[in-house]
Amino acid sequence: MLHMFAFAQSYMPIQGSTFAKGVDSLFDFTIWASIISFVILIGGLVIFVVKYQRRSDNDKTAYITHNVFLEFLWSFIPLCIFMGIFVWGYVLYKDMRQFPDNAIEVNVMGYQWGWTMTYSNGKQSGNELVVPVGKPVVLTMTSKDVIHSFYVPSFRIKQDAVPGKRSKLWFQSDRLGDYEMFCTEYCGTAHSKMIGKVRVVTQAEFNEFLAKDKSKMTLAELGQEAFNVKGCVACHSVDGTVKVGPSFKGLWGSTVNHSDGTTAVFDENYARTSILNPQEKFVAGFANVIMPTYQGQVSEEEITHLIEYIKSLK
Amino acid sequence: MGHAHVEGSNYLNHEKGLWSWLTTLDHKRIGILYFISVMFFFLIGGLFALLIRLELMEPGQQYISADFYNQVMTLHGSIMVFMVIIPGIPAFLGNFFLPIMIGAKDVAFPKLNLLSWYCLICGAGIAVSALFAGGIDTGWTFYTPYSIKTSTAVIVFVLGAFVMGFSSILTGLNFIATTHKLRAPGMTMNRMPLFVWALYSTAIIQVLATPVLAITLLLLVAERALGIGFFDASLGGDPVLFQHFFWFYSHPAVYIMILPALGVISELIAAFSRKTIFGYTAIAYSSVAIAAVSFFVWGHHMFVSGQSELAGAIFSGITMLVGVPTAIKLFNWVATMYKGSIRLDSPMLYAIGFMFLFTIGGVTGVMLATMAIDVHLHDTYFVVAHFHYVMVGGTLMAIMGGIYYWFPKMFGYMYSETLARLSWVFIFMGFNITFFPQFILGTQGMPRRYHDYIPEYAWLNKVSTFGSWFIFAGFVIGLISIILAFRKKEKAPMNPWGAKTLEWTIQSPPIHDNFEKIPTVNGGPYEYR
Repeated sequence: MLHMFAFAQSYMPIQGSTFAKGVDSLFDFTIWASIISFVILIGGLVIFVVKYQRRSDNDKTAYITHNVFLEFLWSFIPLCIFMGIFVWGYVLYKDMRQFPDNAIEVNVMGYQWGWTMTYSNGKQSGNELVVPVGKPVVLTMTSKDVIHSFYVPSFRIKQDAVPGKRSKLWFQSDRLGDYEMFCTEYCGTAHSKMIGKVRVVTQAEFNEFLAKDKSKMTLAELGQEAFNVKGCVACHSVDGTVKVGPSFKGLWGSTVNHSDGTTAVFDENYARTSILNPQEKFVAGFANVIMPTYQGQVSEEEITHLIEYIKSLK
Repeated sequence: MGHAHVEGSNYLNHEKGLWSWLTTLDHKRIGILYFISVMFFFLIGGLFALLIRLELMEPGQQYISADFYNQVMTLHGSIMVFMVIIPGIPAFLGNFFLPIMIGAKDVAFPKLNLLSWYCLICGAGIAVSALFAGGIDTGWTFYTPYSIKTSTAVIVFVLGAFVMGFSSILTGLNFIATTHKLRAPGMTMNRMPLFVWALYSTAIIQVLATPVLAITLLLLVAERALGIGFFDASLGGDPVLFQHFFWFYSHPAVYIMILPALGVISELIAAFSRKTIFGYTAIAYSSVAIAAVSFFVWGHHMFVSGQSELAGAIFSGITMLVGVPTAIKLFNWVATMYKGSIRLDSPMLYAIGFMFLFTIGGVTGVMLATMAIDVHLHDTYFVVAHFHYVMVGGTLMAIMGGIYYWFPKMFGYMYSETLARLSWVFIFMGFNITFFPQFILGTQGMPRRYHDYIPEYAWLNKVSTFGSWFIFAGFVIGLISIILAFRKKEKAPMNPWGAKTLEWTIQSPPIHDNFEKIPTVNGGPYEYR
């Protein structure tokens, strides 16, 4: 039935991701609902202006103060339409926030004025995100300086890259091709030049891309190095034995119990906080351990490496 | 005070000289002071707008560099928001007419009223002095951490906005007190004109929300000057916290900008349809409802900022609710016109233009409140088009309509109806030519605050720039019509429109005390029978 609303295709960008169709259908619905309400309202207005134009200055007008039934109708019907649109929008949005497990993971770092993409094998590329067709891709994003926003119009996706936070975004493209990628959060002089490309390629081309001139170590390997060099190894084991602090084995994605009774899932932001501000929460059983802060001693890149290392300790 | 009324005396010639104006406690004169200042700021903000459109006429750099563009874009936004649209209707038309419409001699606190004007002027002066200290390039939203890292004069400008905030608070305070305490005998709350209801609802927001902006801006100053780290991630702060604080004020502020306009339109529709307003109670209370709900929707500016999905869903849902009272108003106005006696004088043309544009602004607002759609449209030109349809298509159209409606009362002269209608034609057409293409640019993905764009967006941008010249022409014609009215001095009758609210029962222009004798009210405001 939604095919009758094929209106959006004429002005929306190409449908480049699996989300695009759903978003466009909803957008079409809102456009038609808007056009219909506009015609009712402004049509009524125009008819009344023509029909009831003033004949003389002594015109008598009807004295109508209100009409409960009509007023109920034009409150209740819009309410139902708005709530319908809200639920529809929420359902689609929920899909965008449900991250698939089998996805290709890419770390995205925004800076004034460009993007750096880092793949888990250590391969880096600037302002160009290369992804295989038909595979889900999860981006973990942060920023070096000010807030940027990663936006691919053809994919109907957008997410801010915020300094000091890790934000996530996912998509799957089933259509080969190049797509425009913009920064949509104002970030200064070259904001409008912060344009990149998303290249959706075949799996073979993607493998070739990943293999070409990558750095010698994967992100997890770099993380292992940081783990040793920065001294994490002194207090944290990777095999499940408890040293001064909790072990990293199986930590990723697990639910951590705190000494104050609260719990939290161990994810990117949790890891980052634990490294930079370890005294914010204590893991149950370790309330007396004072871990020093690593604020200023590890870079955002090294945090990414450590996160990848912890992820690999299944 | 009971001045004996001298024939030909009015508030304009009651006292003479510049000093009498700068120290006046008369709400009407303070309204005029606001009128002059807001017109001046509007001229400056408008010239910046023309410059923006000129630069965006073609892809690539045309006339100004990216850094300069960013400053122009920031100044256009903040001048229009803080110095034109927020004070526009309440402090100018509201100041002049709220006391008269409820049968009072003045506002409750005349000295605070004058102070509020000085706050606006001082704040504007401080803000403008930032231009000589390096300018400002943060956008009117001052988002951290950009506003902390930029080398421009953020502190000076933000302090200017801080001082201007007090102007808004004082006006709000005055209106609340005046509405509650100074109504004439018989003027119950439910007999107040709808413009007064709208100003009253606005005043509540002004008093409750503006202090939050003041605090936020001070935190920003502390952050920049002292490096405290509320919003700086490298010091353990949270940049997104600023956005919460900022929008907690600035979303209600959107209703500070539009509610008074809705009030003006209610007056115009009733007067030019010669008919009692349909659903008085619904319109009056829908203003209050919008004011109340406006405090719980700020998160819809932040669907992609990293806010939790649950928070996003709650904000999206509540935002949809705002659509209901807004729809009620629109339907009630159309219903008012049913079986009326309608005349398309220029104020009514502006009212009809308002409904046309505001409806488009409203329905696109619903689209933006829808989470999945907003992910695509957020921070694109769709948003730019949407809020211009509401702020310019809505509020500015209402200001123009209001000026033409009340001009004969304020100054005692009639203006050229032909010129007034011509200004409407240019502004209305020009507005649509300028901003409708921006909806399409937005759906195609063009981000806002862009100094340059990819060639695909070129022709729509060009159309938009052409449109901006029509708007400019329209406002110039409007200005000419007003200047000519002062030169021709064609005397206005007491009630040129045959309207029923109290301001039309007194002489044009009003005497210093508004009423020879405080009236006793024994009916509603729109008794057209």
